[in-house]
Amino acid sequence: MMIDELERRDAAPRHDNQDPALFGQTPSQTVGPFFHYGLPWKGGADLVGRSDLGARPDLMPPEHYLLGTSGVTGTPQGEAIEIAGCIYDGNGAPIPDAMVELWQANAAGRYASPDDGRQEIELDPHFIGFGRSATDKEGVFRFRTIRPGRVPGPGNSLQAPHIALSIFGRGLLKRLATRLYFADGEGNDTDPILALVPEERRRTLIAVRRPDHTWWLDVHLQGPDETVFFDL
Amino acid sequence: MTLILPYAREDGGNPPSLYPDYRSTVLRSPRQPPLLVPPTLTEVTGPAGNWERLIGPAMTDLTTQHKGTPQGQRIVVTGRVLDERGRPVPNTIVEIWQANAAGRYIHSKDDWPAPLDPNFTGAGRVVTDEEGNYRYVTIRPGAYPWGNHKNAWRPAHIHLSLLGPAFATRLVTQMYFPDDPLIEIDPIANAVPLPFRQRLVSRFDIGTTVPNWALGYRFDIVLKGREQTPFEDDHDD
Ligand SMILES: [Fe+3]
Repeated sequence: MMIDELERRDAAPRHDNQDPALFGQTPSQTVGPFFHYGLPWKGGADLVGRSDLGARPDLMPPEHYLLGTSGVTGTPQGEAIEIAGCIYDGNGAPIPDAMVELWQANAAGRYASPDDGRQEIELDPHFIGFGRSATDKEGVFRFRTIRPGRVPGPGNSLQAPHIALSIFGRGLLKRLATRLYFADGEGNDTDPILALVPEERRRTLIAVRRPDHTWWLDVHLQGPDETVFFDL
Repeated sequence: MTLILPYAREDGGNPPSLYPDYRSTVLRSPRQPPLLVPPTLTEVTGPAGNWERLIGPAMTDLTTQHKGTPQGQRIVVTGRVLDERGRPVPNTIVEIWQANAAGRYIHSKDDWPAPLDPNFTGAGRVVTDEEGNYRYVTIRPGAYPWGNHKNAWRPAHIHLSLLGPAFATRLVTQMYFPDDPLIEIDPIANAVPLPFRQRLVSRFDIGTTVPNWALGYRFDIVLKGREQTPFEDDHDD
């Protein structure tokens, strides 16, 4: 056999996503228990300041924290708020190895995304609206962010201020998508998404203000208080 | 007036939330079916393009992050990020984390007594180019035991995290290696029914293999695709 022919030989038959018979969405898998040195970065949960909020550097040797720190500087416009909550399993036990991600509009109600084409509403150069927070030893996630403005919904509707949340964790084969609304939010009663939620379960999406001013929303993965999760 | 081009919903290749063989799902999976909601601007937007500002530059070589060279088999992993219509997903971040060659994570809660490697952390990230291509260099991870049942071993795998263009396209998954007999008995991989499980398995590729340096594997990652007709148009004009 010619040598250049040897160079071209490929041992592997196609039985993966390059095989047209198998091609399709790559299936979801759990984030597992050991994501902390790979995903939640320092400052990833602080969208208004320069703290290390969001990461768990206590779970790795310091020389193995390689993720860096948030590069967003400056103070975004709007009302700075803190949102937090505990993630519980079906036994009511807090989950200390979960991760929460947040996606939201800025104070004026514009998403920092090329797919929000509403040029008439200004972008905030100091606000992207994405964050990531690992839960702490008590199962609590915590973000500092700004209160989002209202964005349009289907038809001519206007959505109430809300924050989209993704929940990840060991034992979660798929991310769970949910939303956080504010108990005093303008337009909660006419929000097109809240309206689709059975009335008795709506409270699982509505954060309440604690005496320390934190907006608190517990997430129950299972049980009588199970949070409403969305099929997007 | 806002025009919403929705993303496809998850296809039949995805695992269920509850898969009792993977015991942690029993208390952590929701029992109510997820509520079907129409796509809004919230779900079809995302922080694409802002990753460097959020986190920092790419880290595409996991074998040069410390003073020395890590132990194990050096590999190149490459492929494309596509949507389910086969269109490339450009400028999207792929975050990577994994165990070392002995199957041990640098994580302090990993108490399996396989050796740690001071020269290997196992964390990286890469941004796809205009054609959706990505490429990183790492060490082939080892298999490791876990507490799911008495003789439970995870097949060698690399954890991957992708955001894609929108909140709706978020994906966390794991890439496996071809011809690994542990895949067939692993509850986490088996939560994905055949033949779709094969979508999680990379392919050895002599074209990616670098002579005298590293074995090459190809792995294409497919995200939910955008529909071509608007979900709902406004009638206020
Ligand atoms: Fe793992």
